[in-house]
Amino acid sequence: MPTEPTLLQARNIARRHPDGLRWLLQDVSLEVPAAGRLSIAGPSGSGKTLLLRALAMLDRLEGGEVRWKGRPVGRDGIPQFRRAVLYLHQRPALWDETVEAALRAPFSLAVHNRGQFDRGRVVRLLEHLGRDESFLAKRSADLSGGEMQIAALLRAVQLDPIVLLLDEPTAAVDPQTAAAVEELLVDWVGNSSDERALVWVTHDAEQARRVADTTLHMSNGTIRDGTSSTA
Amino acid sequence: MEQAVPLSTGQLAVAASLIVINGVISLLLRLGLERRLALAAVRTVVQLWLIGLVLKWIFEADQWYIVIVLMLVMTLIAGGAAVRRTGRRYPGIWLDSVISMWASSWLILAVAIFAIVQVPQRGLSWYQPQYTIPLLGMILGNTLNGISLGLDRLGEELTTKRDQVETLLALGATRWEAARAAIQQAVRTGMTPIINSMMVVGLVSLPGMMTGQLLENADPSEAVKYQIMIMFLIAAGTSLGTVGVVLLGYRRLFTPDHQFLPGRLVKRR
Repeated sequence: MPTEPTLLQARNIARRHPDGLRWLLQDVSLEVPAAGRLSIAGPSGSGKTLLLRALAMLDRLEGGEVRWKGRPVGRDGIPQFRRAVLYLHQRPALWDETVEAALRAPFSLAVHNRGQFDRGRVVRLLEHLGRDESFLAKRSADLSGGEMQIAALLRAVQLDPIVLLLDEPTAAVDPQTAAAVEELLVDWVGNSSDERALVWVTHDAEQARRVADTTLHMSNGTIRDGTSSTA
Repeated sequence: MEQAVPLSTGQLAVAASLIVINGVISLLLRLGLERRLALAAVRTVVQLWLIGLVLKWIFEADQWYIVIVLMLVMTLIAGGAAVRRTGRRYPGIWLDSVISMWASSWLILAVAIFAIVQVPQRGLSWYQPQYTIPLLGMILGNTLNGISLGLDRLGEELTTKRDQVETLLALGATRWEAARAAIQQAVRTGMTPIINSMMVVGLVSLPGMMTGQLLENADPSEAVKYQIMIMFLIAAGTSLGTVGVVLLGYRRLFTPDHQFLPGRLVKRR
């Protein structure tokens, strides 16, 4: 197996519980190589979500560091970094009037101002997930939990991140759509000349086997072991 | 020109007895407000009586440092009172409130004293308590409203829209981009009351200072001029104080690393 360059790296990151007594994350290290598909498994409360948030530098850490392409990320570079390493919340937030408005909104942010909403591309992605153009006209407030996850996923993918950090992205969608999402994202990593990778938090061991080449197991804020299942 | 009719203690007692109306209403409707009404009545009398003594002493002493100390005390009390009305607080909120209160109201007061009324050019000392104390009091009283409403709304917006703020940051927003909607809403809320009162002043309400001047038999057109100035002082002070405190709060709730710290916002009680 050729060694791909490391994109994202966590080195001994640690985060303390606000009460100051316990650790939420302790001495966690991992590497996400280009073309890597990492899944993170573990019981609820083991720190999976916090690890993803830490990887996106969304929380303050008490120790360790996150590196991007071998370098620490400077303060001013953080929005650019998050454009490349995009974290998808487990509970998606959509506050714009319609799905289309929600998908257009990120382009008003400074880091995305060179990009542009590409309706045709989004419609192709939608068709891949068994939906059609009418999905864009839906009102955000009327979406089901699964539809919100789909909208949030599209909002992220269309921004061309390099690493997607996915927090149970199919938890609320039907099995058929979940399979389509898995296929879409595995393809997204594999069938591209661009460097891409994903980190996928899931409770479902079967899903982990399908989407990931490596699975890390977390408990009590640390990584227990990693199993590689490269085909 | 004749002075207003002096009020005797007996006349004041008649006025104070009107509180019985409130008491009867509270009893009839079982509002349970009797104790608070009694306390409010006593506080009104005692606080005003005390400030009357303090002002009399200050006017007679006529020393700049005494005036400054009183102004500082007023500013501190106003800064604290603004926080006491907020629903959610964060560490440092008291300091933020006092700093915003102090910077905005003293700046506007300085503009009024030196540039508008031009007290020193009239041969009076710059700290002339007849001008500084009431003007500062009026600016503080209204800025207090703006600061407490702005702070309260900022905490509320950031709590209810926490997911939105977090999502924006995850999508690559700067902390400013992520907080902007909440900041705008908070500042707008803080500035609304003064805009409303500017809309109806003179129609629905005759402001206290103007009422006082009229009772003192001042020329109504002169009293009106003072009131116009005061409305603009209050409006400027309120908006500066509100913007100031909202921005200070924003800096405490967002790190320079573009991280949001919702855990710092704690609901009162």
